Amino acid sequence: MNNVLVYCELSEKNTIADISLELCTKGRQLATRLGCRLQAAVLGSNVKAAAESLYPYGVDDVFLADDPRLSPYRTLPHFDVLSKLIRKEQPQIVLFGASSVGRDLAPRIASSLRCGLTADCTQLEIGPHDDPKTGKHYEDVLMQIRPAFGGNIIATIVCPETRPQMATVREGVMKKEIFDPAHKGTIVPVAVEASLAAADQAVQILSREIEEQKIDIKGAQIIVAGGYGMGSKENFQLLHQFARLIGASVGATRAAVDAGFTEADRQIGQTGVTVRPKLYIACGISGAVQHRAGMEQSAKIISINTDPEAPINAIADYTIVGDVMTVIPQFMACYKNNLK
Amino acid sequence: MSFKIVVLAKQVPDTHNVGADAMNPDGTVNRAALPVVFNPEDLKALEMALRVKDQLPGATVTVVTMGPPRAAEIVKDARNRGADDGFVLSDMRFAGADTLATSYAISQAVKMLGQVDLIFGGRQAIDGDTAQVGPQVAEKLDIPQVTYAEELLAVDTKSITIRRRLEHGTECVKAQLPALVTVTSAGADCRFPNAHRMLRLAKDEVRMINADAIDADMDRLGLKGSPTKVKKIENVVLAHKESVVLEPTEAALNALSATLIQEHIL
Repeated sequence: MNNVLVYCELSEKNTIADISLELCTKGRQLATRLGCRLQAAVLGSNVKAAAESLYPYGVDDVFLADDPRLSPYRTLPHFDVLSKLIRKEQPQIVLFGASSVGRDLAPRIASSLRCGLTADCTQLEIGPHDDPKTGKHYEDVLMQIRPAFGGNIIATIVCPETRPQMATVREGVMKKEIFDPAHKGTIVPVAVEASLAAADQAVQILSREIEEQKIDIKGAQIIVAGGYGMGSKENFQLLHQFARLIGASVGATRAAVDAGFTEADRQIGQTGVTVRPKLYIACGISGAVQHRAGMEQSAKIISINTDPEAPINAIADYTIVGDVMTVIPQFMACYKNNLK
Repeated sequence: MSFKIVVLAKQVPDTHNVGADAMNPDGTVNRAALPVVFNPEDLKALEMALRVKDQLPGATVTVVTMGPPRAAEIVKDARNRGADDGFVLSDMRFAGADTLATSYAISQAVKMLGQVDLIFGGRQAIDGDTAQVGPQVAEKLDIPQVTYAEELLAVDTKSITIRRRLEHGTECVKAQLPALVTVTSAGADCRFPNAHRMLRLAKDEVRMINADAIDADMDRLGLKGSPTKVKKIENVVLAHKESVVLEPTEAALNALSATLIQEHIL
């Protein structure tokens, strides 16, 4: 009772998705701080091995619902099994990935349990809370921290009165780390028959098309990213040439993606991916907070921008004041020369 | 035939066009300085609803929104584009609602419409990006949800077939009705307002509905009905590094690339 629970998603290969492992690492920290158990819910088909793979991440108990009707993911079967499990186990915190699955399931669960849910948190901490209106004091509340309102502010959200406290987190925001390779947990089987008989009918999957993941900037060591200041889709091609030369991946801001300069999979920031490369070259990026949230942990940052006052320059190690369309070719030429 | 479609829509501050005066000096949001727009994905939802209406003669589309009286603008806009009717849930008792309290008010309002066959909404609103209200309304009405819809493939009076986005791909699903569908930005663009409709409907006022009219438990509305509380708002303080500022001269760029190569970064 009153533990920390992570809802685990499965990859197409039936392994635990990275986002869920990242949440287990964060969940382990929260559980240790609270002195409670870290638990995980794995719902799928033939997923015992996946469930056991969670132990090294510090998971103490895995609630395992294993049934063909739970794979691939569909809202109602997962909703029914998970909401019953939460009602029975009464965790104090439940974490979901802010993925297409987590963002489908978590709000429905929150509605059913009438509890709060904070989307796209960038930090989760435990701390005390004093309600300014009632004067009531709460110990060990989940601080759900996220950028808000166009990223101009950082809000700390709490749900002092309702349980569980629920939050979603985007992939890459938390770090995935082995807690202890020798850590052992237990499997707790979950009975699903009663839930699935009713929930199985309403929505049928007719077909699925899984795309090869062509773009994966999350693990890139060097990233060349373009913003709205790149000006056009054609100009964005220069970033690809630059990236090919120095062995980098191409990233983008939301503004560049919204303007149609490049694919959504390249979006870095609060509503895209979070990256931590050893070098990040920001080209024509002003540096909105949401974007910075996704890249400010880069080891070295170079900003190329015509505006010397662009907010991104404040976190850059090097700022080159100039037009990207002239500076990048110049830099490429210098780089080639220096390699000789 | 009576086939009732509801579209959930929101008038939102245009966060993509935030000007320098968007924030007050004390760090609060200066709402008066923000232009408002029809939430973009809600327009995609409206288009999908109108396509269903096109295919099912006699179907009606009702737009439901919550907000200040000014939100009537998007109901009018939706009517001009082809919606039959709409209203604004407007009452100070709704103010300060988080997604849970919002979905409760909206679901109570939808219940007042009687049997509804299909509900559409945008996946998320650009002022919050939470994508929570759609699934929460579906739960409160106890109907299936299909989120992340990109394309309407087929519809009849009993079911709807949708292509929806997954993390790395798409799937086609068939849902029994009634159901709620949330539409992403990949949905078809909404048709334009129709000049004849604009002239004909110009004088039709938009109904305002208050909390008394939706048979609601007042404790579940607005700030009171919202489990999430904002503990703290901070202005973003930029982390500040010592930044080396370079003029784009060949000598400077040459030195920089040499340094990066030497440090094994490049």
